[in-house]
Amino acid sequence: MIEPAPVRFVAKNMRVDLELIAGMISPGSRVLDIGCGDGILIDHLFRTRHCDARGIEIDMAEVTRAVAHGLPVMQGDADTDLSHYPDDAFDYVVLSRTLQAVERPREVLRQMLRIGTRAIVSFPNFGHWSLRWQLLSTGRMPMTKAWSRMWYETPNIHPCTIRDFFDLCDREGYRVEHWLAADEAGRRAPWRRAPLLANLFGEQGLFLLRHDQRAHANRSETTDPAR
Amino acid sequence: MDQTPFPEIPHRHEAFADGLLLDCGIRIAPLAIAYRTYGTLNAARTNAVLVCHALTGDQYVAEPHPLTGKPAWWGTLVGPGKPVDTDRYFVICSNVLGGCMGSTGPRSERTPGGSDAWGIEFPPITVQDMVRAQKKLVDSLQITRLFAVVGGSMGGMQVLAWASMFPDAVFAAVPVATAPYHSAQNIAFHEVGRQAIFADPDFHDGFYASHGVIPARGLAVARMTAHITYLSEAALTRKFGRRLQGGNAKTPVLFGERFAVESYLEHQGSSFVRRFDANSYLCITRAMDFFDLAADHGGSLATAFRGSKTRFLLVSFSSDWLFPTAESRAMARALNQAAANVSFVEIVSDKGHDAFLLDEPDFHRTVAGFLTGAAEAAGLS
Repeated sequence: MIEPAPVRFVAKNMRVDLELIAGMISPGSRVLDIGCGDGILIDHLFRTRHCDARGIEIDMAEVTRAVAHGLPVMQGDADTDLSHYPDDAFDYVVLSRTLQAVERPREVLRQMLRIGTRAIVSFPNFGHWSLRWQLLSTGRMPMTKAWSRMWYETPNIHPCTIRDFFDLCDREGYRVEHWLAADEAGRRAPWRRAPLLANLFGEQGLFLLRHDQRAHANRSETTDPAR
Repeated sequence: MDQTPFPEIPHRHEAFADGLLLDCGIRIAPLAIAYRTYGTLNAARTNAVLVCHALTGDQYVAEPHPLTGKPAWWGTLVGPGKPVDTDRYFVICSNVLGGCMGSTGPRSERTPGGSDAWGIEFPPITVQDMVRAQKKLVDSLQITRLFAVVGGSMGGMQVLAWASMFPDAVFAAVPVATAPYHSAQNIAFHEVGRQAIFADPDFHDGFYASHGVIPARGLAVARMTAHITYLSEAALTRKFGRRLQGGNAKTPVLFGERFAVESYLEHQGSSFVRRFDANSYLCITRAMDFFDLAADHGGSLATAFRGSKTRFLLVSFSSDWLFPTAESRAMARALNQAAANVSFVEIVSDKGHDAFLLDEPDFHRTVAGFLTGAAEAAGLS
């Protein structure tokens, strides 16, 4: 339904899975969208689902655009700014196509599931057959629509596959409440029950996570950042 | 240049016979708050926006100044069709407590009808005292909740104080180019200005009025020092560079040939002393220096905003070294910690602290959009 935007940063091309993500969010929830770009998901959640949706975005031009549209967005960095939120401040924390671009993906996920009850994570799947084929046949870093920047200038410093992500969730004790693979245009791909096939044919993975046993005692202490 | 103070003129004001109990424990009575309004208050009294002015500003936010004739000091932001749209909102702007444009301050009489003014003996005031005085004005206008409180620099400190003291009375807060406390560097610059005033032989220990003079030189130097802090190096270079005033003599004499930047500052200082009272300047700079919102809440800024339902828009400017972006970012993080609704933007500008008063389209778009979004959330049609 929505034209895919030109890929500037992979992380910013979030229009395509907006519908899929919005479909995972209950109406009236508190939502934090990390790497929210110009805030299209926040706007969508506010208007169609009456959510209290807020955003963090690293690119100041995007932040200005979002705020000028009346959206509650602040300039910030997923790697450093999540630690300032209190525990359980949100029902959902969304990280759409940004995980592969952050410095410390595992820590960002931990923070997401500390400040939110659930995390929604989408990322371009590096296990897709066309990437595998390009690497095998040419012996060089693959270039596709989603992975469109040369290795020396790509912001996507932590690529992973759908299988890798399942593995990380397992290690970290995150329950995958829902997952799906989708193509670039955000259409759901039909490999719901077959992770291996999804990992081969899905262009992006989308996960709804929850902490298995939330270790409340071991929460990291937040400190007052103001002084 | 003429440094004769402008004659005192009457200002529209509200008087409160019961006065105000100040943080220092002194009750100042009666209390007068001079103010201006623009636009129309709606029937539900829900569309009021309070604009808080900075150190040397006043209530004439959206109209030419009655003394200097200069254009509205925030005419770029406030007015019909502007981001703070007076066709839509009822805008209130009052002269701060301690000011010299009609509100109770050092120039006011100690006792009603008396001839003896407070002068240097005006009680020490705080930013919170200024806000309490504004609250009395807002109450007298029968407004229980302000749609928004907007202000830059010291005005931004008042916005923060409003949001922490009266959270239910502030739907949206827009602190611009400000900080939750005055830094050591800021205090230091203020102190240089104050010392210049003290050193002026016409200061007479603050009792200059009874000598029929003003400490014009000292106040002008204070203004010149402060003015440097309002600009960035890039802005000074762009405006003046190393240009000499009146020709390019190859062998300039020691003090004869003047740099353009010098005569600019001289002009800023001289025009300032005509409209501003030295004791007011001392009183208000001190209030800014004392401001420390976190210290008032056990050292935690987040505590000051705990449970706040107010929607915040924080704005900083990239070349502002008086109230740098880092301080707005720290505030944004503290508001996050309090789980408050916060937008935060740094506007790219080379104009320094002054940028908040100047033509900055991104800043204006941001404020307009934020207020429109907030108005929607507040149910203002």
